[in-house]
Amino acid sequence: MNITAYIVLSGILFTIGCVGVLTRRNAIVVFMCVELMLNASNLALVAFAKQHGNLDGQIAAFFVMVVAAAEVVVGLAIIMTIFRTRRSASVDDASLLKY
Amino acid sequence: MDFVKPSIEYAEIWPLLVIFGVACLGVVVEAFVPRERRYLVQTVLAALGLVAALVGTIMIAGELDVLGDGQARGLIGVEGSLAIDGPTVFLWGIILVFSLGGVLLFAERRLEGGVSAFAGQAAALPGTEAERQASTRGLEHTEVYPLMMFAVFGMMMFPAANDLLTLFVALEVLSLPLYLLCGLARRRRLLSQEAALKYFLLGAFSSGFFLYGVALVYGFAGSMDYADISEAVSNDVGNSTLLLIGLGMLAVGLLFKVGAAPFHNWTPDVYQGAPTPVTGFMAAGTKIAAFGALMRLFYVAFGSERWSWQPMLWVIAILTMVVGAVLAVVQTDMKRMLAYSSVAHTGFLLTGVLGVQQASQLSDGEVTSMQAVLFYLTTYGFAMIGAFAVVTLVRDSGGEATSFARWQGLGKRSPLVAGLFAFFLLSMAGIPLTAGFVGKWAVFTVALSAGAWPVVIAAILCSIVAVFFYVRVIVLMFFVEGEPEGEVASVTRPSILTSATILVGLAATLVLGILPGPVLTLAAHAGEFVR
Repeated sequence: MNITAYIVLSGILFTIGCVGVLTRRNAIVVFMCVELMLNASNLALVAFAKQHGNLDGQIAAFFVMVVAAAEVVVGLAIIMTIFRTRRSASVDDASLLKY
Repeated sequence: MDFVKPSIEYAEIWPLLVIFGVACLGVVVEAFVPRERRYLVQTVLAALGLVAALVGTIMIAGELDVLGDGQARGLIGVEGSLAIDGPTVFLWGIILVFSLGGVLLFAERRLEGGVSAFAGQAAALPGTEAERQASTRGLEHTEVYPLMMFAVFGMMMFPAANDLLTLFVALEVLSLPLYLLCGLARRRRLLSQEAALKYFLLGAFSSGFFLYGVALVYGFAGSMDYADISEAVSNDVGNSTLLLIGLGMLAVGLLFKVGAAPFHNWTPDVYQGAPTPVTGFMAAGTKIAAFGALMRLFYVAFGSERWSWQPMLWVIAILTMVVGAVLAVVQTDMKRMLAYSSVAHTGFLLTGVLGVQQASQLSDGEVTSMQAVLFYLTTYGFAMIGAFAVVTLVRDSGGEATSFARWQGLGKRSPLVAGLFAFFLLSMAGIPLTAGFVGKWAVFTVALSAGAWPVVIAAILCSIVAVFFYVRVIVLMFFVEGEPEGEVASVTRPSILTSATILVGLAATLVLGILPGPVLTLAAHAGEFVR
């Protein structure tokens, strides 16, 4: 089976996520873009698993989902705390630490 | 489909499981033990768990079998996902020692007048009635101990990971608790929360790159296992574009964790904003774990692809040393200065890593890369945790006083503490008769014998710049004349917990400087990675 199309799609998703992290200002949106990067990796893992005919990649995708869920818990807790303190979730506003 | 029971070598991995068990038990303690007893129970539990794991690690170190060629000792266990070998056991040992120091710093209560350095109630907003109530009721978060133990579990798993999936899971297990710990400072909570946000977003971003690298390398090799990847690399079976891009992306994730330029930007912000006990623990532990993982990945899985990644490490090592040393010169905050100095140390450590001098290629008595890096990590950890422990003592009315202006003339007011701090700084600078000198000497020799003389020249120049900014602090503490402007910091008397951490750091730094032999031999005895 030719998996090129899947890899190209995962590459596009990864790039969208990456550009999103670098350009968006809202911490929640930045975080969603990170999740998009993780899911792009999942797609690539599953596609490669199909190509190589073994299950390693598919199992890895499950692990990644669990890790991403744990990351959401920690991430949203941090973003929510900072939003409640500053009344803003913009990553530009959190700028006390610099240079 | 047959189901085969996995074989798990409990006899070799039980220190890891003890730490994990203590972390889970800590969560249960939070749920069932009354609030006023939690502090004692959690501290004792964490300390006992670390001591038990340390004893176990030492026992296992003595029992590892020597493998075929005599260079490596140990085994690959848990169905190929963990490698318990000499370097792993050495790294476990030093991670556990520094975590023990971390627990002692976490448990310090005298400095804040009866409460710990962590927020009374992280959910209460800064500057509100709720926060004042939490503070008057003397609340404190004892959840920091289980969080720390989960981080230690991740740190121990990280250098032992022998496949890419375990490596990724270990990376997250070590990072997630640290993101939270960074945001829990009692004082200057806005800075602390901002540090947590920055660390989390950048850390998640870098682990995105890391994971895509995992996927691409898996696509190249058809397996996550280091041995299979190594075989695929040397037989050149797959699409080498996948390999090169994947290798680069994996490197991004790992270099972010060690704090190498150009991925070092989080280091100063996080080190400054995080509660100082967390900074000390994190500075030592994360770097040790991440260097172990970096070396195992590059040496074992990509060892035969060395010619592709060595030039990259040359550039990154030089860049990291220059950025760390130059930017440390212009800092005016003590924690930030130490953060940049830790970036410079990452560069020196990379100088040792890029040599790839293995025992089989060397004559007897020459230093191997592994030995040099393990020794450097030991000296670095003791000096860092000691220095951050001293920073927790120097305080003014607003808590810890980290700005340089407050430290002026500290040597005249508290010669003992200022002298201790000066000693740690001299060790970091690599002055002879301190541990840092021997560490630097070891990594430079390794790089030289590997022919990386441009990196060594850059490293020596950066060491000279580094001496300048360390000595500047010493001059500020001891030799600046005239009355300082504004409030000055004074030294608060700590309890036995912090004093013990500082004294152990001091003793280790001194002994490793004068008599490095035993630890160098121990590091040599660790041998090479199992393959």
